[in-house]
This record gives sequence, structure tokens and C-alpha cells, in this order.
Amino acid sequence: MSFITVNNLWKEYGDQVILENLNLSVKQGEFCTLVGASGCGKSTFLKMLLGQETQTRGELLLEGEAFPGEPDRNRGIVFQRYSVFPHLTVRQNVLMGLELEQKPWLGKLFGGARKVALEKVDDMLESVGLSPSANKWPHELSGGMQQRLAIAQSLIMRPRVLLLDEPFGALDPGIRGDMHDLLLKLWQETGTTIFMVTHDLKEGFYLGTRLLVFDKVRNDPHDPQAFGATITYDLPIGQTDRKLFEDIHQSVSETARNQAA
Amino acid sequence: MRMINHHPGRVSATLLGLLPFLLIMLIYSLASQERLADNPNDKLLPGLEQMTAAVDRMAFQEDRRSGDYLMWQDTTASLARLGMGVGIAASLALMVGILNGVLPLVRANLAPLVSALSMVPPLAILPILFIVFGLGELSKVMLIVIGTAPIMMRDVAQRVRELPGEQLIKIQTLGANSWQVITRMALPQVLPRLIDAVRLSLGPAWLFLIAAEAIASTEGLGYRIFLVRRYLAMDVILPYVIWITILAIVIDQCLRLANRRLFPWYNAGGH
Repeated sequence: MSFITVNNLWKEYGDQVILENLNLSVKQGEFCTLVGASGCGKSTFLKMLLGQETQTRGELLLEGEAFPGEPDRNRGIVFQRYSVFPHLTVRQNVLMGLELEQKPWLGKLFGGARKVALEKVDDMLESVGLSPSANKWPHELSGGMQQRLAIAQSLIMRPRVLLLDEPFGALDPGIRGDMHDLLLKLWQETGTTIFMVTHDLKEGFYLGTRLLVFDKVRNDPHDPQAFGATITYDLPIGQTDRKLFEDIHQSVSETARNQAA
Repeated sequence: MRMINHHPGRVSATLLGLLPFLLIMLIYSLASQERLADNPNDKLLPGLEQMTAAVDRMAFQEDRRSGDYLMWQDTTASLARLGMGVGIAASLALMVGILNGVLPLVRANLAPLVSALSMVPPLAILPILFIVFGLGELSKVMLIVIGTAPIMMRDVAQRVRELPGEQLIKIQTLGANSWQVITRMALPQVLPRLIDAVRLSLGPAWLFLIAAEAIASTEGLGYRIFLVRRYLAMDVILPYVIWITILAIVIDQCLRLANRRLFPWYNAGGH
């Protein structure tokens, strides 16, 4: 049985169609990258996976069960910005999830339990390369380090699904390369299922096991919102060549221009 | 060069800042001297000599009738009322503001009431407070609470809602329940903002304090000012006003420093 199943899924806001007729089946441990023009429903789909939005029609199933209607500890998220807590140090940020899980009322760990949890935290910080900054405040970190922290904060909960919403969109290209390596390493170590939304088609081609292109098949020049987007390409990574890249690039850019017009 | 690009240096900025104070003092002392030259018993613009004599009498000599040092007695009475009023108002603001900001059901239920209450002119209900709570301490403290709490409640709720939505989602994905969202995310981030709100509310709080003391009291800075007004005792009123101003500045600066010390992440641009 597939891990995540999407059957004939539609999302509409009033008469504005965002997603139409989405069908997808994802196995556990896959790393899917979602690309497409802005306004093509990538982020909306991610929000549905997160439990922040619900579909208008169709099914969205996790191991055969409907998705929970609100975010929970099984689905981690990293946003482009504001994912970490400014009032906690790096270490406290990563510790947070463990504390919340073990202490429903106090929300804080003390003594021995805290020591055990902190060992886990320090291992996690080590693997994302933040050990030297463990006691810094988030505002003292660079953008790339903040995103490392956000990833560590989510992964320490061992979520079944990790959702990334343009996590590297605000970073310099050089830093982005480092972050790709880190993400692939962590994915191999943890075996968690990842969905990553990106604007960058190249990023989508390079990372992960599967590329999902969200695009509009139909377009009404007089009413750009009349038709929704769907998955136009569903490619295993590795089967991609230059020609295909150009085709997708052209199609996505065209949609972007239509959206803007 | 344009005016907007002229920046003063450190020394000239200090001098420019001092200049208005010096000018006011100069104008006052000239006017005072002139009136005192006409009539040495003039009460309207007392000179430095009369004012220091008055302060000495009020602050450093026992009152002949009661045996108290009046200025200190007035100060402690007023500060106790102010502290209690602002303290209660801030605690209420924190509770109601956070619940309003975090829980949509409470917001739907309470936000309209809080908005309406914040529009009631507090001095208009002062008579009601006197009738309900009597002329004692309670009615004065209540006036400060009613005058400052609703606005602080709105401010706190607004600050909570300004926290990035991403954080609210993130903490839910870390498994937080509603209570933990309040205690681990909203409360700690709103505390420094509450201190800022208290600083802004201190002005109105002083206003309500002095108004209440002026009408019904037996001690307090506002009571004293309004009492000696009957004798045109400007030599007492002016030092009292200066003293109140100094107290207000000191309290404000203490809060500012406490905010810096307690919440280093907040003041270093971590929000």
C-alpha cells in the first residue's frame, strides 16, 4: 500500500480553481520536489499535507486514513523564514519539541530527563553543523544557519513526513549547495518522506527521488483563475535530460507569464 | 546641503537638547525677579529661595500638626496606588490579551467587549467608582485599572497576533497543545512587549491617579497639589510637579533597563 495517496483532489476558493484533478501515490521514504510557477498550487498542496488547508473535493490519505485536520508532530515543516523561535537559544529551540512531548503541562524538562534530552539535541546539532553556535540566539545566526536550525528542530521529532516550503529561497547560491548536501545526508540517515516546494527548477532536478511539476494544462486568457493546476510531469530523478528540462522550463515560464498578464 | 542631511555632533546635540530647558528657566527667573521686585510677597512666581524653603518645610521637617514628613508620605501613598493600579492592570492585560490573541473562540467572545470598554472615558465613571467602592484606596486603584487595562489588553492581543503565523504552525508540528502554545510561545514573546505597553500606559496612569487624589483623598501628591492651590502656594506646587516628573522618568527608565536585561533577544532585533 502506498504511504500517501491522492485521489482526484480539487481545491477551490469560491470560483477560483487552484488545483484540479490531482492524482498521486507516494511511497514511504521518497523525496519529492514540487516545482511550478507561482500561484500553481504547490504551496497549497503542501498546506493540505500539513493539515493547514482541506481539499474541496477528492481524497488525501495517509496509509489509507484521511489526513488529520490540523498540524501534528508527525509532520514537520520548515518555512522560508520565521520557522525558529527568537526567544530561545539554538539549543533550546531544538529541545523544545522533546519538552513539549514529555511534559504536557509544564512544557519544560528538568534534571536528569533534561540531560538525556540535551544529549539528543547536541547530537542533532552536530549533524547539522551547529554545535559551535549551540548557545547563540537565532538572530545572531546567518540565514543558512537559521534554516539548519529549523531543520534540526523538526527532525529531532522524527516526523514521518518532512515538508519544506521553499526552504532555501532566501539563501545565497553557494550556501544553497551546502544545504542541499546536508538535506540529502539527513534524508538518507533518517529515511523520512520529504516534500519540498521550490521555485528553482534546477534544484528540483538535482535533489530527491521524484520531481512533480505543477502546471496549468488549460488557460483562459480572459480569466486566468478559471482553471486550476495539476501535476503535468511526474519524473523519477535520473531519467531527466537537457531536452526535458527545457520543455518543462518553457511550459512553466509560459504559465507564469499568463498568470501575471 | 539640504536641512535633512545636517546632523549634529555629540556635543552640539547635548547642548541643543539642554537649550530649551535653560531658556525656560531663564525666562521664569526673569519674570519671577520682576514680580518679586514689585511685591516681595508675590505668590504667583516664587523664586528659587522660596521654593527651596517650601521643599525643606515639606520634605525635611515634621509637620507641626501630624508629625509626619508630608512630601515622603505623599510620595509613598501615591506610588503605592500607582504601583497597585498599574500592576493589576498589566496582569489583567496579560491574561485577557493572550487568551484573546491565541484562542479564536475567546476572541470572538471578548474582543468586542474590550474594544467597547477601552472607549469609555474613565473619568466619566469616577463617580460610579466612588459610589461603588467608597472614597478609600480601592476606588483610586480601580480608576487606574479601568483607565489603563483595556488599552493594554488590546495592545497585548495585537502583539500576540503579530507573531509570525509560521511560528504557530511550527510549534503545532512539534506536538504542542493549546496550553503549551500559550506558555512556550505566546507568553515569553509577549512579556517584553507588555513592558513596553506599561511604559506607554504610565502617562495615563499618573493622570488618573492625580485626578482621583484631587477629588477624594487625605494624602498623596495629587491631593497635596490641589490642597495648597487654595492658598496659591506655587512654591509647593512647582516643586511637586517637578518631583512627579522626576519619578515618572525614573520609573520609565527602570522599566526600559529591566526590559533590556531580562529579554536580550528582544532588544537585539530578535523579533
